[in-house]
Amino acid sequence: MYHWDFYTVLQSFDLFLIGIWATFIYTVGSIAIGVVVGLLTCFARLSRFPALRILARSYQELFRCTPLLVQILWAYYALPMVLGFSISNTTAGLLTLSLYVGSFYAEIFRGGINAVDKGQREAAAAIGMSGPQSMRYIIMPQAVKKMLPAFINQSVIQVKNTSLLYAISIAELTYMTSVVNSETYRPLESYTLAAIMYFCMLFPLTQIADQFERRMRRSD
Amino acid sequence: MTQTETPIISVRDLTKSFGKLQVLNGIDLDLMPGELLSLIGPSGSGKSTLIRCLNMLEIPTSGMFRFKGLEVRRKFRSEGEQIGVGDLRRRVGMVFQHFNLFPHLTVLQNITKGPLVVLKQDAAEAEATAMTLLDEVGLAEKRDVYPTHLSGGQKQRVAIARALAMKPDVLLLDEVTSALDPELVGEVLQVIRRLAETGMTMVLVTHEMSFAADTASRIIFMEQGRIAETGSPEELLHNPKSERLQNFLARFHA
Repeated sequence: MYHWDFYTVLQSFDLFLIGIWATFIYTVGSIAIGVVVGLLTCFARLSRFPALRILARSYQELFRCTPLLVQILWAYYALPMVLGFSISNTTAGLLTLSLYVGSFYAEIFRGGINAVDKGQREAAAAIGMSGPQSMRYIIMPQAVKKMLPAFINQSVIQVKNTSLLYAISIAELTYMTSVVNSETYRPLESYTLAAIMYFCMLFPLTQIADQFERRMRRSD
Repeated sequence: MTQTETPIISVRDLTKSFGKLQVLNGIDLDLMPGELLSLIGPSGSGKSTLIRCLNMLEIPTSGMFRFKGLEVRRKFRSEGEQIGVGDLRRRVGMVFQHFNLFPHLTVLQNITKGPLVVLKQDAAEAEATAMTLLDEVGLAEKRDVYPTHLSGGQKQRVAIARALAMKPDVLLLDEVTSALDPELVGEVLQVIRRLAETGMTMVLVTHEMSFAADTASRIIFMEQGRIAETGSPEELLHNPKSERLQNFLARFHA
């Protein structure tokens, strides 16, 4: 029978903490950049200039229809060959994660804006509001409520996606777990602990998303 | 009506097409200050499209459009002697069939948002105006309630107050009682009647024939995108000239 030994693994708890911190930073960083990229892409998709719409759409499909792991490897190993200079794994990782999540956010934002009743835009226009004023004071506040559950769900996925940075040796939680494993030779305990830590970070978030969804259904 | 008086809105040979479908076909119309103009006609006759053209919510396909003698340009901002769509809309208020209140704002905020954002009024002034208007439509005690908690009639009265808060020169009312339960129609018509007594210039699209007969100073009968007949309620409703208008009215008397 297997003799569980969490004690040895827990002695390297500082390594896990480094990993959790990096996972947190890459998640928050890529979500922040992703929101900006997503908003810009979303407005480009809604713009009346066909060139902007096509450009935004192409970016979205490129990132949505290729695996994130391939994108990360491509950004780190292939992109420098195109650019002619090397980029750090930090830059490659953060950039790819941001652009990846941005392409999904754009779709979520667009859905939220389109879900606001057409009459709202007309009512705003009828009291003389400009397009941007109507977007800011009337459409967006309503759209944000509609897009929040999908936004949180995508962000939960984003936390998990940071584990793929393992492939380019970024010291996030999965990578650090492999370090602990190689030091302790305890894969069962190491990876179980890592899974528990991811779970503890994400379970509250999914609960919040569910809560929002329930409240929204009630208020409709 | 004197010769020198400038119409508030004046349109000549106005047309509107949606793709291949021509909805308005050569409309000539002068709206004089203090008039209460009622648009009637069968559905699909273009009356809703016409009223939505009067504040450029629908941009006309062609034709001349003047507001108080000034040409209206098809851009948001005013420029030189030409008035923009934005300035036109804040001076031509509109009330919709389905109210279109802002659900994320309270009754008071629904009314003050336009004055605050568009007219740049300060909060105290906007709120004072809004409370006076809410008082007039009998809903002062609902100031902090969200629209979902109001009846249809109450919503429409708030929507009228919202439009009036912009101090418009004209109020456009597009089938404002059509979405209401029958027992709630009266309270909204009451508000409109009182507005008419204050001399407010109004254009309304309505199916309430008896209301149009009582309050309108002029009635326009529309058919197939044209003004088919126009005149006082007396002339139009009691002595309809065309057979089409006779048939149209017969359905309401039945």
